Amino acid sequence: MAELSYRDAVALGIAQEMRRDPRLVMLGEDIAGAGGVFKTTVGLLDEFGPMRVRDTPISEQAILGAAMGAAMTGIPVIAEIMFSDFLAVCWDIVANEMAKSRYMTGGQVTIPVVIRTANGAGSRFGAQHSQSVENWCMMIPGLKVVAPSNPADVVGLMAAAVRDPDPVVFFEHKSLFATKGEVPAGEIVDELGVATTVRSGTDCTIAALALMVPRALEAADRLAEEGISAEVIDVRSLVPLDTQTILGSVSKTTRLFTVEENPRLCGWGAEVASIVAEEGFWDLDGPVVRITTPHIPLPSAEALEDLALPSVERIYETIRKNLD
Amino acid sequence: MSTEIGDPGLHDYGLRTARLPAPVDASNADLDIPLDVRLSMYEGQQVLRQFEKRAYDLFMENLVKGTSHLSLGMEAIATGFGQAMHPDDYSFATYRGHAHTIARGAPLGPVMAELLGRENGILKGKGGSMHLTSVEHGMMGSYAIIGAHLCIANGAAWSAQMRGTDQVAVAFFGDGTTNIGAFHEALNFAAIWDLPVIFVCENNLYMEYTPIDLVSAVPNPAADRAAAYGLDRIVVDGNDADAVYQVATSVFERARRGEGPSLVEAITYRHGGHSRADPGKYRPAEEVEAWLERDPIPMYHQRMLALGIAESELSAIQQSVAERVEKATEFAKQGAAPSAEQLLVDVWSDGGASWRN
Repeated sequence: MAELSYRDAVALGIAQEMRRDPRLVMLGEDIAGAGGVFKTTVGLLDEFGPMRVRDTPISEQAILGAAMGAAMTGIPVIAEIMFSDFLAVCWDIVANEMAKSRYMTGGQVTIPVVIRTANGAGSRFGAQHSQSVENWCMMIPGLKVVAPSNPADVVGLMAAAVRDPDPVVFFEHKSLFATKGEVPAGEIVDELGVATTVRSGTDCTIAALALMVPRALEAADRLAEEGISAEVIDVRSLVPLDTQTILGSVSKTTRLFTVEENPRLCGWGAEVASIVAEEGFWDLDGPVVRITTPHIPLPSAEALEDLALPSVERIYETIRKNLD
Repeated sequence: MSTEIGDPGLHDYGLRTARLPAPVDASNADLDIPLDVRLSMYEGQQVLRQFEKRAYDLFMENLVKGTSHLSLGMEAIATGFGQAMHPDDYSFATYRGHAHTIARGAPLGPVMAELLGRENGILKGKGGSMHLTSVEHGMMGSYAIIGAHLCIANGAAWSAQMRGTDQVAVAFFGDGTTNIGAFHEALNFAAIWDLPVIFVCENNLYMEYTPIDLVSAVPNPAADRAAAYGLDRIVVDGNDADAVYQVATSVFERARRGEGPSLVEAITYRHGGHSRADPGKYRPAEEVEAWLERDPIPMYHQRMLALGIAESELSAIQQSVAERVEKATEFAKQGAAPSAEQLLVDVWSDGGASWRN
């Protein structure tokens, strides 16, 4: 067990898998010599060499096309898209090619690609470098989607994503890179599609993802001071989605709050709310409440960006009022 | 090239000056191509022609749903390149991919059945005309949104390079593709990594419905851009299988020697419109007529006769191809509609479609 930053956990997770599978390669902009613009790939060039850790031009379609073509001919690939916002410039390859080719060809091709990308707000980068776009990916049949909230999950879910034969979009949260956590020694292999209950409680369930998980936990601490016992679920994987953990929790607590960084419309919490409304309705003692970023492009100024994202205060206040 | 926006002749396409084909280069008969290779290309072109004519007839009978994009008139390109490939090379095509799939040896029956949307189709009825794929024949897919597959072909070439094989990837695309960003990303990427990939532009003079010269900054939309990526300018008569084969052989050798990518522009013409919904009326009549005269298939027939092959041998090939197409049609027509179970199969590699527990 060692304390590690989320940032270093990314490199550790990749290195673990590249040591295990000598075929595995990675490519992306500034990932090799520079160690990544977020320093998440530091050390990989030295250990694995320039043929397995390759810098590319600023050509996102070429990056993901190369990843797909290599993967479908026997070479698993980790591809980095520097900011998740940039998925929009190569969306054809993500949404139309990688996601659909297996189905369209009657199962003839397999595409073991992990698309790693830095997601989310908190860096004051404005509307084109701060978005939470996990919901873009979630709505495309054929893509798996994960978003870890802590260093141990980064390593374990990276392994799960790499070992999964289907395309996986792996969201690393920019505002979590500097955070630290305990990471067990030795190989860590997690599982896609498993949510974790990170705090047990009896009065309400809070489902959160990535940066919203530590905020939900802090809000739960404050609610506890008021005598409200909140259960916090780290959703971790949007596709596959662990609905049973959420439904099971709601059957115990009778209330559900989702905390989502994405803009309001079609956020992952909307799907969770609809599943709970259909399948857990008789367990509920009150409405499902979604706590989200408003449906706006993200502003850059500190004061406005902070106002936009669900804060500990907003999570706490919303839940307290609703449980009154 | 500058254009006068006000000139009606430029935009009423039927009034435009016809773009006429160059005459057949008679010296191509003297190229050093073995007779058995030529016979194989004769047969190959016959297969593509007869297959697609049948596919067209089946549309008219309303047995083929959706859309489809035929290569009638363009067969020499798929045939010449197909002939030059090794069995383990990789092909990538656009929605106009019937010819490229068949040229790699994919069986005619399952390909025809796919056009008819049957369960015995090569994609089990789930992809259709625009997505023909036969991985076991090296045909890695038909990609219906142009551009992406040039980047994907790079990946297959990169994989061959890493695995240390001498495989080459080939991406076929139309003239319209040269104006999409992915074309330029792919060429630069292939050049900087010295990838064993060949980009083949089938320039049939029209991006869908619009003359390509109206929407391109250079007269030869692929070849004139080669210099930007440090590549040679290669233009070939796409209606002469021998010329295509000759060029294909040389670019394959270059790729296998590890000297990197090539870009080939093959000049050709569609006999029909862009898709089955398009009668192609925007083309000057004189132009269509001249290109029908430059049909690659009768030309090749004449060349084979001149090379001493007997008419009876050629008609025997035609006859046997006709029988294969007939059998493929029967195979397709006898296929059942895909069963309901197919709907939720093969989203994921575990065979299923589940996204939750």
